[in-house]
Amino acid sequence: MKFLLVEDNVELANAICSRMQLDGHVIDHAENLEDAAAFSEVGEYDLILLDIMLPDGDGRTFLQRHRTGKLDTPVIVLTARSQVSDRISMLDLGADDYVTKPFDHAELKARCRAVLRRKSGNAKTIVQLGDVALDPVAGNLSIRDQVISLRNRELRLLELLMNAPGQIFPKTKLVDRLFSYDDDVSENAVEVYIGRLRKHLENTRVKITTLRGLGYRLDHE
Amino acid sequence: MNNRVGIIRSLRDRLAITLIGGAAVLAILLYLVVRSYAAQIAQQGQDSILAASVTSILDAAILRDGEVEVDFPYASFSMLSTDSDDRVFYAIYQDDELISGYDTLFHSDPIPDADHRFGTATLQNAEVRVASAARTLIGAQVTTVISVSVAQTQDALEVTLNRISRNAAGFGAGFFLLATALSFWATSTTIGPLKRLTSSVTRRGPQDLRPFEQPVPTEMEPLVASLNNLMGRLDQSLSQSEDFIAEAAHRVRTPLATVRSYAEATLQRVGKPENRHALRSMVKAIDESSRAAGQLLDHAMITFRADHLDKQDLDLGELVGELVRSLTPIAEMKDVRLQIRCPETVNVQGDAILLQNAIRNVIDNALKYSPAESDITISVSNSAEDRIAIRDEGPGFPENNMAMLADRFTRGSNSEGITGSGLGLTIAQDVVIAHGGHLVLANHAEGGACVTLSF
Repeated sequence: MKFLLVEDNVELANAICSRMQLDGHVIDHAENLEDAAAFSEVGEYDLILLDIMLPDGDGRTFLQRHRTGKLDTPVIVLTARSQVSDRISMLDLGADDYVTKPFDHAELKARCRAVLRRKSGNAKTIVQLGDVALDPVAGNLSIRDQVISLRNRELRLLELLMNAPGQIFPKTKLVDRLFSYDDDVSENAVEVYIGRLRKHLENTRVKITTLRGLGYRLDHE
Repeated sequence: MNNRVGIIRSLRDRLAITLIGGAAVLAILLYLVVRSYAAQIAQQGQDSILAASVTSILDAAILRDGEVEVDFPYASFSMLSTDSDDRVFYAIYQDDELISGYDTLFHSDPIPDADHRFGTATLQNAEVRVASAARTLIGAQVTTVISVSVAQTQDALEVTLNRISRNAAGFGAGFFLLATALSFWATSTTIGPLKRLTSSVTRRGPQDLRPFEQPVPTEMEPLVASLNNLMGRLDQSLSQSEDFIAEAAHRVRTPLATVRSYAEATLQRVGKPENRHALRSMVKAIDESSRAAGQLLDHAMITFRADHLDKQDLDLGELVGELVRSLTPIAEMKDVRLQIRCPETVNVQGDAILLQNAIRNVIDNALKYSPAESDITISVSNSAEDRIAIRDEGPGFPENNMAMLADRFTRGSNSEGITGSGLGLTIAQDVVIAHGGHLVLANHAEGGACVTLSF
């Protein structure tokens, strides 16, 4: 997916960018409203992440201009304010959602997915692998003409594996992705979800291979 | 907000008492003046008739052959007749010697050929008015002084005076009543602008700190000016502190967000268990501090707002629905389903922002303690007793300290390993209490915690 990040704090922007790139997304960074306007006119973004307090103005003015300019790119606001009243006015102005800083990347991704699901027009994110197709936005797994609805953790795990077939994922890494930092889960918890995915993929040409001591790998013939 | 103000007698009372008191004094004065003036006029009337009577008698006196002869004209006494049958007395003296009439009649010893003299005396147990005059009669051989006194009781005068007094009293009372009515009218007209100002202050919403612009009388202008000045300063300091809180939150949260993002990104790259543990602890600590900061600010905001709720008509089902939509992505991460049970439209009066915050905190709690792939049920009902009930399928509240959980900074004994500030339920409770209700924590018979917001 292609993101536009509008954030004046360079350190935070770098951190978000590197985290997003790690997940295989493309992300452009604008430091102020002027750049943001220029970027959003040229690039075709799936989603805009917008900070509210910017050096050359309020992110809300960008939001207003963005909406009146008939651009329907969804916008998720990154806010450092926690006042509920502020949040409400943000949604009124046409933001699709918001996350409060500091945020969990998994939460940000979950919100992006929810927003994209609502704006079902952009369904071009399907990952195809052999006879298996995954629509991460809708949360559907299509095996030939059969459509399976995945649970959230199954979906996130499969997305991760399908985006990098052949790559070995250690269990620890998968735990980080699937569970929040609140949950003190053992690495074995991943096995449950791997087991479920294997069951879904039983009659396909896509296989999840266990590499003892190393992790898991998605293979397809 | 129930500050007692020291109260001295009201302006209205003061004004009314002064005006009515003044009117009473004036009415009494009016009565006295009219009465004494009337008495004077009546007395003058009686006096002039008495004088005429005396003069007519004196005029009838002649000297014939050195003898005094008085032939009373009929009119001398008939002119004195009254409705009250007043008695008339007379006495005629020649050189201090009584020739006719009552010798007991007061003799005022008038100066001959001068004006009449008047006096008051008591005769036969009655008060009488006496007029006297004297005349020098000059004959061929003798010169003698003849003096005449005529007296009349004052019954008719008394009657007249009483009538006039009654009229004067009625007049005075009428004046007093009119003046009283006018004073009430005047006081309420004077107090009117003050009352209007008071009601316009009272009717204002808690957030309305605009200056007063209605016209006020000159005397009240300094008061209203200082009031406006105070409102201005209050407004400024409120918005300043709100800006300050927003700025402070921004300054604290932005670097925390940087640290968290880097820590998360680094966690993806490192493999050593001890490094991973350190990074996870870091992320947890950041979550904890940012959550605590947010909830402390929310709690401060709620304490500030609880005194004067910004109440509106709310569709509670819609409010909960909106909240659930915004929390669904977080719930989905754990494969937890948020279910709303709202069989009918529920309309309540409440502060939308505060209620949303309260419900959000309870759902947040439920989310934290819910196992993966479970349900959280939010029931909205028309009964005030269980207005909103939020039930999860988690471990439930620990029975030993359930009663204390809504206290500030208290956390359940089974909350180990779960991020929290201990303020969530406190916020929910404060909001519900501000709406005149209460918060009930319970464990469901089939397991799971159930929080009920009754309001």
